[in-house]
Amino acid sequence: MRGRGAAVGVGEIKPVRNTEGETALSLMAKAGLEAIEDSGLAFGDIDGMLVHPIGGVSMLAPSTVLEFMGMEASFAEVVDLGGASGAGMIWRAVAAIEAGMCKACVCLTGASRRKRAPRKLEQGPKASTGWNIPDRSPFAEFEVPFGNIGANVGYAMIANRYLHEYGATPEQLAKVAVHQRDNANMTPDAIFHGQPITVDDVLASPMVADPLHLLEIVMPVGGASAVVVVGPELARSLDRPAAWLLGAGEQVTHKTITYAPSLTDTAIKASAARAFAQSGVTPDQIGLASVYDCYTITVLLTLEDSGFCAKGTGGRFIDDHDLRWNGDFPVNTHGGQLSFGQAGIAGGMSHVTEAVRQIQGRAGDRQIPDLDLAFVNGNGGILSEQVSLVLGAQP
Amino acid sequence: MTFSGPRPRPSDQTTEFWAATAEGQLLIQRCDRCQEAIFYPRVNCTHCGATELSNEAASGRGTVYTYTVARRPTHRAFADAGPYVIAIVELEEGPHLTTNIVGCDPEEVAIGMPVELSFTPAIDGIALAQFRPATAHP
Repeated sequence: MRGRGAAVGVGEIKPVRNTEGETALSLMAKAGLEAIEDSGLAFGDIDGMLVHPIGGVSMLAPSTVLEFMGMEASFAEVVDLGGASGAGMIWRAVAAIEAGMCKACVCLTGASRRKRAPRKLEQGPKASTGWNIPDRSPFAEFEVPFGNIGANVGYAMIANRYLHEYGATPEQLAKVAVHQRDNANMTPDAIFHGQPITVDDVLASPMVADPLHLLEIVMPVGGASAVVVVGPELARSLDRPAAWLLGAGEQVTHKTITYAPSLTDTAIKASAARAFAQSGVTPDQIGLASVYDCYTITVLLTLEDSGFCAKGTGGRFIDDHDLRWNGDFPVNTHGGQLSFGQAGIAGGMSHVTEAVRQIQGRAGDRQIPDLDLAFVNGNGGILSEQVSLVLGAQP
Repeated sequence: MTFSGPRPRPSDQTTEFWAATAEGQLLIQRCDRCQEAIFYPRVNCTHCGATELSNEAASGRGTVYTYTVARRPTHRAFADAGPYVIAIVELEEGPHLTTNIVGCDPEEVAIGMPVELSFTPAIDGIALAQFRPATAHP
């Protein structure tokens, strides 16, 4: 797949806590149109579309969006990999282009966000879609009754197991949140722009689920992110730098963390290894790690399992490196979802849009000088779905 | 302290499992081919793929594999529970399952701690398999 496709345009709706007046559909369409314009392509040039499942749209999501946007596509698909969907869309778009199914594919992600009344008990948990139908998900039967609901407690159990097996200090984990906040302070659209924090702030924030403090946990927002991917001829014909896809890997191992093969050896190992092998690039050549950060522990595990440091040394690695945009090992220069905001699936896509911007050399005041290679990791569920990408300035 | 979360609703595939809980039994499945035990009820062995599975009652002994203390309720049913422990327990037969650790202060729970099965009272024929610290004499 190396050099067979590139991202050439991005669109992004500024994250906000309340998207009143918008729907996920409208936000996604707006981001998509912005991405198309940003790419230098015409509206009618787009012939591929990737979307994720959309609230209120129980089926046929691609055609719903195409009709809403007044477009046609020769390639349309739902990517349902949770937080890994954004990254997962990128290689699928390139594969579809390589396969001749389309020439220019828009990858759409987004979520609306409202203040709403508390859910009633009989409505069941948000995560369970099967509550009122005869077929139950194992999740509804074997997790929900014990309160294993939502991501906080799942990642908390991962973190506790990691600390038991390998050890890391609260300060090391907190540093991830602090340095990413410093990055967000260079990112005007970030939800926490202009609100620096310290390690002490993180550790003094309320314990939500041991050992996770509030400031180690992403905040949901509304927003949208989109990327346009094209083939090599089109990429070269456009008068702008491209972020070339050099390698991709994907690995899905479980739905609920209880049944994962391991809580500390993650599926990232396989997805990252394939992405690096396909690209011919090694982790030591990477100038930006734009990796999924729903929690600080997620970043630590990703750095280890992607091969940036050995298993069990993530805490020390964080101690030894400056993770800021101008540091010796830049991580999530847009602030990560922890500080940029998590607009549903678009939170995961923000790691892609940031890597594209950085490689294109237009990341503004937080630009990494002479960046050639970036590593992106998308993570869905409770470390369930993984997609890794290596992006480069040259094909 | 006793507490219990949202009620599970059996599916056609799990009727036998839930019915056994009212009898004080936690059913696991053992593969007739590779002899590995699995949890929760499936149609095939997750280790070798064989479809020949037999139910057996778990001993109820296990250890805490990992846990967290939920300081904020993860569901309205837990609104009045105070901080509660969500845990993955490793049964002595091998499988992992999600549960709550009850019968001790949340701060006393630790990874590796021996625990034993402690069913909630059955409601409408369904009891939930929680665990408590193991008694001194197994």
